[in-house]
Amino acid sequence: MTTAGVRGAVGRAWRGVRWYLREWSGEARWDDYLQECAEHGHEPMSRREFERRRADALERNPAGRCC
Amino acid sequence: MSATVSKEDTGGRRPPGGGRRRPSLRSVLIWGAVSVVGAIAWTVLALARGETVSALWILFAALCSYAIAYRFYARFIAHRVLEVDDTRATPAERMHNGVDFDVTDRRVLFGHHFAAIAGAGPLVGPVLAAQMGYLPGTIWIIIGVIFAGAVQDMTVLFFSMRRNGKSLGQMVREEIGIVGGIAALIAVFAIMIIILAVLALIVVNALAESPWGVFSIALTIPIALFMGIYLRILRPGRVLEATAIGVALLLGAVIGGGYIDDTALGEALTLSKEWLVLALVIYGFVASVLPVWLLLTPRDYLSTFMKVGVIGLLAVGLLLARPVLQAPAVTEFAREGTGPVFAGSLFPFVFITIACGALSGFHALIASGTTPKMLAKESQVRLIGYGGMLMESFVAISALIAACVIDQGLYYAMNAPAGVTGGTPETAAAYVTGLGFPTTPADLAAASAAVQEPSLISRTGGAPTLAVGIANILSQAFGTGMAAFWYHFAIMFEALFILTAVDAGTRVGRFMLQDTIGNVWKRFGDLSWRPGNIIASAIVVGLWGSVLYIGVTDPLGGVNQLFPLFGISNQLLAAIALTLGTVLLIKHGKIKYAWVTGVPLVWDLVVTMTASYQKVFSSDPAVGYFAQRQRYADALAAGELLPPAQNAGQMQQIVNNSTLNGVLQAVFAVLVLVVVANAVVVIGRAIQAHRAGLPVPTTEEPYVPSTLVEPSGIFPTAEEKRAMAENRRLVGAGTGPEARP
Repeated sequence: MTTAGVRGAVGRAWRGVRWYLREWSGEARWDDYLQECAEHGHEPMSRREFERRRADALERNPAGRCC
Repeated sequence: MSATVSKEDTGGRRPPGGGRRRPSLRSVLIWGAVSVVGAIAWTVLALARGETVSALWILFAALCSYAIAYRFYARFIAHRVLEVDDTRATPAERMHNGVDFDVTDRRVLFGHHFAAIAGAGPLVGPVLAAQMGYLPGTIWIIIGVIFAGAVQDMTVLFFSMRRNGKSLGQMVREEIGIVGGIAALIAVFAIMIIILAVLALIVVNALAESPWGVFSIALTIPIALFMGIYLRILRPGRVLEATAIGVALLLGAVIGGGYIDDTALGEALTLSKEWLVLALVIYGFVASVLPVWLLLTPRDYLSTFMKVGVIGLLAVGLLLARPVLQAPAVTEFAREGTGPVFAGSLFPFVFITIACGALSGFHALIASGTTPKMLAKESQVRLIGYGGMLMESFVAISALIAACVIDQGLYYAMNAPAGVTGGTPETAAAYVTGLGFPTTPADLAAASAAVQEPSLISRTGGAPTLAVGIANILSQAFGTGMAAFWYHFAIMFEALFILTAVDAGTRVGRFMLQDTIGNVWKRFGDLSWRPGNIIASAIVVGLWGSVLYIGVTDPLGGVNQLFPLFGISNQLLAAIALTLGTVLLIKHGKIKYAWVTGVPLVWDLVVTMTASYQKVFSSDPAVGYFAQRQRYADALAAGELLPPAQNAGQMQQIVNNSTLNGVLQAVFAVLVLVVVANAVVVIGRAIQAHRAGLPVPTTEEPYVPSTLVEPSGIFPTAEEKRAMAENRRLVGAGTGPEARP
């Protein structure tokens, strides 16, 4: 494998891990929201406001945790 | 069911993964090799007696069995039994609102689901069951998960998904009946209280008289609060940043704890069990009324990262250290039922001691809650439901190995209740040597010195034993000299996610209570009504807190007395879930496949009812709660003292506790029998209706065609890749790292 090939593979793996963690932790929801606003031509709310709403929605939907 | 599109209607195109085709040579070779390795591993485990056996054989037996089960049995259940249909829109697609109904990438959802189902259960149960030897636990964990646990999780997930993510209780009420529904509701609530109390008991036993442990666990609270404020105010939404800071602080807290011994702080943090109970109860109450963003959510991030990290580390450690099993394959306790960790013989008690990891009813609550509302494709129930449970089972296998590679003298000294070990190295060594596991006071003292704990004698509950096992394996793998760090690291990680489970469980219990009482008193059901929150939280915390207190002060040992109750209730919950699955298969006209949930259900009922019967009616005071009560009550009346009680007060306590435990045990069993009896009636009616050609109504949502194209397994097949590329070209949607520009 060439150096460029290795670099490409490492880059892909890093992007994959980063994508996974951002999706898993919910950070990526903000990107989705911005994209959705751009598609529909809405003015997006501030990130602070957006995250606050998301956190408050969790208040009513507690994620169960098992034993 | 009439709306379901059958395979023939999809224009001849086979649904991905469905249909029969000739296996390729490559696939025959791979699966042939997996079967051979698995068969060799099982043979070694089954035949080896009295010689050294590497722990890796257990690992290989497990991994090969899981792979075969996932590839063949889970696929059979998905396509033949449940008939998953990827042309049908899931609730996430139909009812998308970006909050709870949200199409989620299958790999991400797998992570969420696994984080939700895996807790302390699969770590603790196998450790306690190691008193039967390594073989019974290994067999039950692997066979149990393949034919019962993973099947339960997958079918409940599927049926809930077909009903817009309805909860287990709701489905029982609507599909089985109101009587069964009420019984299930009470059972779920009561079982949750027991589970929370036993989990908290494990934490108390791990932290009592351990300033290092208390220090690092106490610091998780300010760390979580800091993360909460960071995410709310300082840098909203930057979860990964906040978690990285939190994990670094947490490691600092574990290292820092090593320096507080012999200081005033260390002395102040040397807490008795009673003080820890009080601290936990106050903590649980506060956590339940505080907003989730401040404590619960950040704590959850921390605990999940730690959980996945430690499990990964342990797997790597096992491969590097390749430890040898110290436990015998089968001990005499398995045959005679006289083990000190918990009483009772192999059947039925191995099967209830190891609940999580083999079959866990609690998972049915998760599989019918958040997860079904996030599935992108029906066929993904195989990966998420079945695959997620296999992963949990792997955790249980790792825990079993960790308990079986430590010196067995130490194992029994740690896990026998203080009433029999006497609490000192001398008395404990004498007791354990008498059991047939020779050890010396010096060995026991050296073991506790190695992990810098004042004492390891009678540190019951499984968590300390697991921590010793993890410390052994990681020291062997990554160099000695860090045993004390690894031990406290392991304790911190177990306590961290048990506390998360206690937080979340208290909150879920509070919601259930508010919802139920809300039926008669409307105001109480309003989740934003503050006094309602506070009263409901206080009730839930008060309930598990009192059971916890009873367990902590029990002269016979709380784990010894309460763990069977915990295991049996978890398995009884599984009986309710499997009953629901069987009823629904029959209602949907799939009676020829009803054995898929029916056989594990019958097995589970035989196990739980035998165990319940023995716990209630056994005349052996070590097993039967009422026999125990009678024995102590008679002695008390005659003015005698029976060990381990040291005064009349403790005698009375044993009498009271045994009565309470026995009553609870009987009530749980009766509740489950009510659900099953109701289900039998419903099944009978459904079979009659099918025979007469009449429709059998269910609450399944009607068919709506799906426009999403998503793979069903972790790796997309070539066919799925083509379909996804085609779909992206047409509508430009999809999940995965490629989806976003």
